[in-house]
Amino acid sequence: MTDTLTTRSARAPLAAPADGRKNHRRGRLLGKNPLGLLFSGPYLVFVLAVFAFPIGYSVYIAFHDFFFAAPGAQVDRPFVGFDNFVTALTDPAVIRSFANVGVFLLINVPLTVVLSLVLATALNRITRLRTFLRVSYYVPYVTASVAVVAIWLFLFSGDGFVNQVLGPLAPDPSWLINEQLAMPTIAIFVTWKQLGFYILLYLAALQAVPKELYESASTDGAGAIRSFFSVTVPGVRSATVLVLLVSTVTGANLFTEPYLLTGGGGPNGASASPVLIMYQRGLQQGQPDVAAAIGIILVILVLIIAFIQNRFVGGDDR
Amino acid sequence: MTAVARPRRQRPVSGVSRAGAIVRGIVLGLGALLFLFPFYYMVIGSLQTTVDPSIAGAFPNPGNLTLDNYVAINSRINLLTGLVNSGIFTGGVLLGTFVFGLLAGYSLAMLQWRGRSATFALALLVQVVPFQLLMIPLYVLIARDFGLADNYLGMILPFFINSTAVVIFRAYFLQLPKELFEAARIDGASELRLLWSVAIPLVRPALVTVVLLTFIGPWNEFLWPFLVTKDAALQPLAVSLANYITTVSASAANPFGAILAGALVLAAPVVVLFIVFQRYFTSTDIGSGVKG
Repeated sequence: MTDTLTTRSARAPLAAPADGRKNHRRGRLLGKNPLGLLFSGPYLVFVLAVFAFPIGYSVYIAFHDFFFAAPGAQVDRPFVGFDNFVTALTDPAVIRSFANVGVFLLINVPLTVVLSLVLATALNRITRLRTFLRVSYYVPYVTASVAVVAIWLFLFSGDGFVNQVLGPLAPDPSWLINEQLAMPTIAIFVTWKQLGFYILLYLAALQAVPKELYESASTDGAGAIRSFFSVTVPGVRSATVLVLLVSTVTGANLFTEPYLLTGGGGPNGASASPVLIMYQRGLQQGQPDVAAAIGIILVILVLIIAFIQNRFVGGDDR
Repeated sequence: MTAVARPRRQRPVSGVSRAGAIVRGIVLGLGALLFLFPFYYMVIGSLQTTVDPSIAGAFPNPGNLTLDNYVAINSRINLLTGLVNSGIFTGGVLLGTFVFGLLAGYSLAMLQWRGRSATFALALLVQVVPFQLLMIPLYVLIARDFGLADNYLGMILPFFINSTAVVIFRAYFLQLPKELFEAARIDGASELRLLWSVAIPLVRPALVTVVLLTFIGPWNEFLWPFLVTKDAALQPLAVSLANYITTVSASAANPFGAILAGALVLAAPVVVLFIVFQRYFTSTDIGSGVKG
């Protein structure tokens, strides 16, 4: 996604000489309108200060014996090589959290892609009640996680509404205090919460699928299901790549839900996420160096997953 | 499916397509029910005197309705303070996005300068930078080195300019006719004047979209303000409600009622804002913001 857009915008300056001849003498060191740099200056400073520098700093922290000290105090923080990474990877709680987030992604990502595409396709075709339905699907997405977590705690508690409806079929121990079910329940909760955003992305992509393709598919005798698989699915492939990437990155960031729904990653660490462990190790136990190392390992894993997704879904258009 | 769009030419399939439309309607209707029911249940639950998780409890029972839960939650976490703090946090981000984000979006769309395409690529890239990579260094820098823990500035700083908003602004400014701006420039209008009196009035719908989109982020944000605010008087509502859920709710008479009352107060401003302005929350606007 980013690649195609970068090339598109990189092409733009080539067009400049054609209409910019009269400004030739203003000098080309900063481009035709150096004012643009001034206008974007605050944003660039912001990106450097809040994204670029911290990413570099994170790597520094992960490779040093880093601890919190009073501001201004002179402390020695020696380079320790891969020590923090070794500490992180030999900690069973860390390994458990990576496995947990793996379970989360295996449930959340495919479910998100399938449900959002199916619902977006249906929403795109419907004429009546369209606004009402669209708004219904977006509401969980625009609502604060903390607020919807409160509802789910109530709905999925031991004698809560869901178990009352299920009656004898209710799991024991209940959803969020069951080691096998805690993470899948959270994965389904997050799918529900975020689905509206992905429906929105697919709705945008569906507008770009040429109507003629559906017409020729139906002339060839393809039914609704056939044309969904042979026209819609390939037609929105670039959106699918984006949905996969964003849902994987968002899923790897999981924190609020295990922190609140399962009382900090319980039962027995079965729903602890890597970010939750980073919070506990880094800020609660004062080991920011180990926490930074966990963050870097997690990002590398996410990049590998994103690369694999891209290889299989991206197709030849990139 | 296609027959819906062209019923006259596709007579033979119209029976099939009507069945398809019915199936679609049922699937979408059931889905919407699944999406809305928890919100309905939040309202009901927040009004119950004694918690009733049974199936009958899902229907309002006049004998079991009360506003006590709102009083209870307000006595534990000051709802007004929480709302004001959430408002200051969100307002700071809106201010930064509308001053510096608009300027950046305008210069990316309208001005030719060195580094423009690199800046645009950055604006797209930072949207997928995972927060877990930034969490520890930002905490060390902002809370420890700059001493901005328990401070509105420290809360706002990492979100100050919304990159999605920059990309949306750029996309809207790109659609404006260039001739209009060339003519005004020849008349001697400065770029700031052009932005203020020509460009902004022409992209007013985009401004509403960006307000909605930018509002949702900080208002709903939990992790960052949770990390940097320990002082209850400065915590946004999402943080104080979460602290209530994890620590003190067990001591309340009707913990679920109180939690749900707090959740409703937290959710209501965004949901109302969203429903009022939902027609600005369209797929094309937001889609362009994420994809460029």
